[in-house]
Amino acid sequence: MAAVGSSTRGARLKRFERPALTGVLVREVVNFSSYWRSATFSSSVEPTFYLLAFGFGFGSLVSKVGGYDYVQFVGTGTVATAVLFSSAFPAMFGTFIKYQFQHTYDAILAAPVDTEELVTAEALWVAARAGVYGCVPLVVAMAFGLDPAWGMLTVPLIAFVAGFGWACFGVAIAGFASSIENFSYVISAVLTPLFLVAGTFFPLNRLPRWAQIAGEFNPLHHCVELVRHAAFGFVGWSDLGRVGALVLFGLVTWRVAIFAMTRKLIN
Amino acid sequence: MASELAIRLRGVVKRYGPITAVNGLDLDVPEGTCVGLLGPNGAGKSTTMRLLTAQAIADEGELEVLGYRLPGESKAARAQCGVSPQLDNLDVTLTVEQNLRVFSHLYRVGRAERGEAIERALRIANLGDRRDSKVDKLSGGMRRRLLIARALVHRPRLLLLDEPTVGLDPQVRQELWALIDLLRAEGTTILMSTHYIEEAQRLADTVLIMSHGSAVAAGPPAQLVAEHAGREVVEVYGPPEKLAEIEASSQAAGLRTRRTGTSVAVLGADGNAPAGERRPANLEDVFVLLTGEQID
Repeated sequence: MAAVGSSTRGARLKRFERPALTGVLVREVVNFSSYWRSATFSSSVEPTFYLLAFGFGFGSLVSKVGGYDYVQFVGTGTVATAVLFSSAFPAMFGTFIKYQFQHTYDAILAAPVDTEELVTAEALWVAARAGVYGCVPLVVAMAFGLDPAWGMLTVPLIAFVAGFGWACFGVAIAGFASSIENFSYVISAVLTPLFLVAGTFFPLNRLPRWAQIAGEFNPLHHCVELVRHAAFGFVGWSDLGRVGALVLFGLVTWRVAIFAMTRKLIN
Repeated sequence: MASELAIRLRGVVKRYGPITAVNGLDLDVPEGTCVGLLGPNGAGKSTTMRLLTAQAIADEGELEVLGYRLPGESKAARAQCGVSPQLDNLDVTLTVEQNLRVFSHLYRVGRAERGEAIERALRIANLGDRRDSKVDKLSGGMRRRLLIARALVHRPRLLLLDEPTVGLDPQVRQELWALIDLLRAEGTTILMSTHYIEEAQRLADTVLIMSHGSAVAAGPPAQLVAEHAGREVVEVYGPPEKLAEIEASSQAAGLRTRRTGTSVAVLGADGNAPAGERRPANLEDVFVLLTGEQID
């Protein structure tokens, strides 16, 4: 068989390469064509149920929260829920299944792709999906009277940045977990509290001071606030700080995810 | 000269905690040849394969693949290697063609050549008429052929086959042997791990027998047989007591023996052999002789 590689022989490949990232992304996109219905269904229907249940159930008791109609308050808040559901969960389960049961990563790492590129591409893909699915509750809320605003055009971007962090979080958890049952601990002890105390369903500013401070360490809270401000008006520096917090969250979880997966995949 | 070797391992050691999976392994795979890595389960064949793609990192020793030093330059080496893994890792919800397309991207086949590369791989796997079938609808043999074709989509200089026919029917196995033989005839360099002796004997130019993580013998199959098992073997059947007796008397006469389960095979037997069935010595005799009668 003819050797195509002789001309490139001796050329050392760089650390991050576009063809490696595209290769992994192409695999995900092609696979997505076989399961996009179920993924779209669960990522968009679930937050919509939260929106409807809280918005109308609880909304019949309280009409205004934090100065907004409760439906609109929850409608903007559940964007963060949609982001979480379409990033952290698929990243955790998807990564573990691809590693443990399908041995997909063995095949990818035998190709000219390094763990760092693999993790990055996987997280970018999940983040892109979160960017799209994150907008669903907003669209539903608009159907129930939320006024469109120019600021809302930033929501896919906010959802993407937050989604990248949560995707890396999920990959890291899958990297550290020795069995898929371990996920229960993370879901119950970490994700559920963060999800409930993010300012999605009730504002954090009525909580005790310590809880408010703790809330500032919850990336979901920053996502909730940013989306709410995208719909009702940004508040300058403090929102920029929230963007910074989400970027920092993404950077830290990204490196941790690479560390965890390298430990798992290369031995 | 090192550049004529597709793979060159020297004194490679790989430990997993208290277990030494590869223990001072030397391995040469000259370009254009097919080398068989033969050994019982647990001899370190799969670990060796993982070391070659830097999915395992050696604790000691030198590793060179296609002139690249591992693990540092592994990515460049991997770009020119094809790997067919022991565990099937095809994307089962995708079609045959989609699987090949994905790997043409992962292996950086240029856009202009991609279509032809996929067609070529379909021809190699003989799956042209199943291109639109989902992988989970294929038979075990078809999936194996697809795994090998997937490894060839970028025309690699070196093909790594890890147990290419494990768990398949004899008919399907022969079909795969024909495929591997064809690749060999085209000049593809192949390193194949197997625990099927017949597979190594039929396909490999050189066989390296591994036991407990290191090489216990290496050479062309016929030469290994002549060197270690002689020309002919006498097999004696009988009840266990008789077998033990034959074993003792043969060993006393300076002959080597091995158990085959139902008989005792007396190796290198000439005039001084006990009465029994004569047959030519084969690679299995060498294998059992060198890797031990019991697997531990």
